[in-house]
Amino acid sequence: MSSIILNAKGLNKSFGAVTAASDIHVAVEQGACIGLIGTNGAGKTTFVNMITGYLKPDSGVIEFDGRDITDLIPRQITQLGISRSFQIPQLYNTMTALENLEMSYGVISLIAHHGSLFTRTDAIVPGYGKTIRALAEESLEKFGLSAYRDKVTRVLPGGVRKLLDIAMAMAVRPKILLLDEPTSGVSAEEKFDIMDMVMNVVRSGGTTVMFVEHDMEIVARHADRVLAFYDGSIIADGPPQQALKDPRVLKYIVGESQAASVVGEAH
Amino acid sequence: MSIDKPIFRFAVFLGCLLLASPWLPQWAMFMITIAGANGMVVLGLMLFLRAGLVSFGQALYFCVGAYATGLMTQMFKFTDIFVLLISAGVMSGVLAYILGFLLAKYRAIFFGLLSLAFSMILYGLLAKTEALGSTDGFNIPAITILGWLPPQPLVRVTILAVTFAVMLLCLTFVNGLLRSPRGLLLTAIRDNEIRAEYMGASAQRTIHLIYVIAGVLAGLGGALAAVTVGHIDPAMAFWTTSGEFIFITILGGIGSVLAPFLGSMVFGVIHTVAFANSPNTWQMMIGLALIAVILLLPDGLWSLVSRMKKARA
Repeated sequence: MSSIILNAKGLNKSFGAVTAASDIHVAVEQGACIGLIGTNGAGKTTFVNMITGYLKPDSGVIEFDGRDITDLIPRQITQLGISRSFQIPQLYNTMTALENLEMSYGVISLIAHHGSLFTRTDAIVPGYGKTIRALAEESLEKFGLSAYRDKVTRVLPGGVRKLLDIAMAMAVRPKILLLDEPTSGVSAEEKFDIMDMVMNVVRSGGTTVMFVEHDMEIVARHADRVLAFYDGSIIADGPPQQALKDPRVLKYIVGESQAASVVGEAH
Repeated sequence: MSIDKPIFRFAVFLGCLLLASPWLPQWAMFMITIAGANGMVVLGLMLFLRAGLVSFGQALYFCVGAYATGLMTQMFKFTDIFVLLISAGVMSGVLAYILGFLLAKYRAIFFGLLSLAFSMILYGLLAKTEALGSTDGFNIPAITILGWLPPQPLVRVTILAVTFAVMLLCLTFVNGLLRSPRGLLLTAIRDNEIRAEYMGASAQRTIHLIYVIAGVLAGLGGALAAVTVGHIDPAMAFWTTSGEFIFITILGGIGSVLAPFLGSMVFGVIHTVAFANSPNTWQMMIGLALIAVILLLPDGLWSLVSRMKKARA
């Protein structure tokens, strides 16, 4: 049996009268690929935000690698090995794609050098064995972004911005990667290719993945476990074949008419 | 840190200026030295601007540097320029370190106005302190260099040489910083602080760091201005002084570490010419120059140099 890398115990979060998370218990096994599904406002992003330290739960504990990270801030959580991508890509818009990635590896180098003012951009990044430039180029290639190397990110198309956002999150070599709606805002034709590419790159390193997704075909194709959120609670938790057939999931999230086709895709 | 070509060329240019100093009139040497002192402050403002911040109160550290110099001469009778410069740098750096804990938490207009508030507090304190000459300030005695008292005809050129040396040291340091991941992080913070934090970087710590560096630079600028003019007064902390520094920052641009010095030199020329030709309305000339720069060269004078480089390439 794999070890538990992330353990959320009894998470609660309210915004005024709205309950965004209600007694959430999730234990994530190392190497898992978990799809988070639910309608808008069901609590998926709140869950992701609590794990990554953007929101502090009202009560409950989050343990990562056996360590309590509930009160840590995003920066500290990233440094421990949990990184995320964003529903709306968060890029450095005046920089090129290459510079965006260089910045990511630059921060890694800076942290490895304990924030030293004299960290050099052309030095080997400790633990990575390559320079910032070489790592950034390699990452562009892995994510199929080499053609956009010198383009300022502000003008890049949605799908490319998404991939770059994920490439930047992967730069820290996270133990857990959280992807918030990796295919939202991406055209229907592109999204399967994008997701295949992302999963190929991410999963080849054995990274544990949790992704928020509205497209059930993508969930069925990539997730080995599904967490279904409704009204701040988890209403189903299991392999996609089972979770996507759950009566409440069918009623509130998937929709009865789509159920058959989606579950048929499941692996 | 390495000395790159433009800085090397600039160093050669400064060396030539020094060699030509016997033929330079005293007023020109004075103007160049003050431009160098102002450039030091603006070099710090350039760091802020890279991170998307504008300080309306950088004159605070300019004044602290000047008064630290003054106090060292008055209270401890130190006149060695290196002792004075180090004291000014340390005093302004320590103050910036303390205030930085508060200021590094703020962004945009809040950062600007809070910095303005602190500079005006210092102005108010100094203006009310009779022991320090109130609004009249006090004089700074002649400086020495490692025990040597330069004779009167050599005072200007000696201070000019020290100013150039300090400028080059600071330029090389800031240039190295801007090319390091920490320096690149400034642009990242300006573009997207959330992303920078989610990469594991601390925006607050980075801003605190440049706040201290900018404080030290401004303090050194204040000390150089103090020994050049030979007199200090609370107006050095007044908001119009901070305004002048922002003006020079916009005039020079932020494209290179040399831009602040280009900006402050051109400002010195505009100021001198405007003052000589219309002593009562020179501010109007400065205002018109600012409007012209914003309309015609929004990225500052350095954009002309960048364009020339591109055209040559």
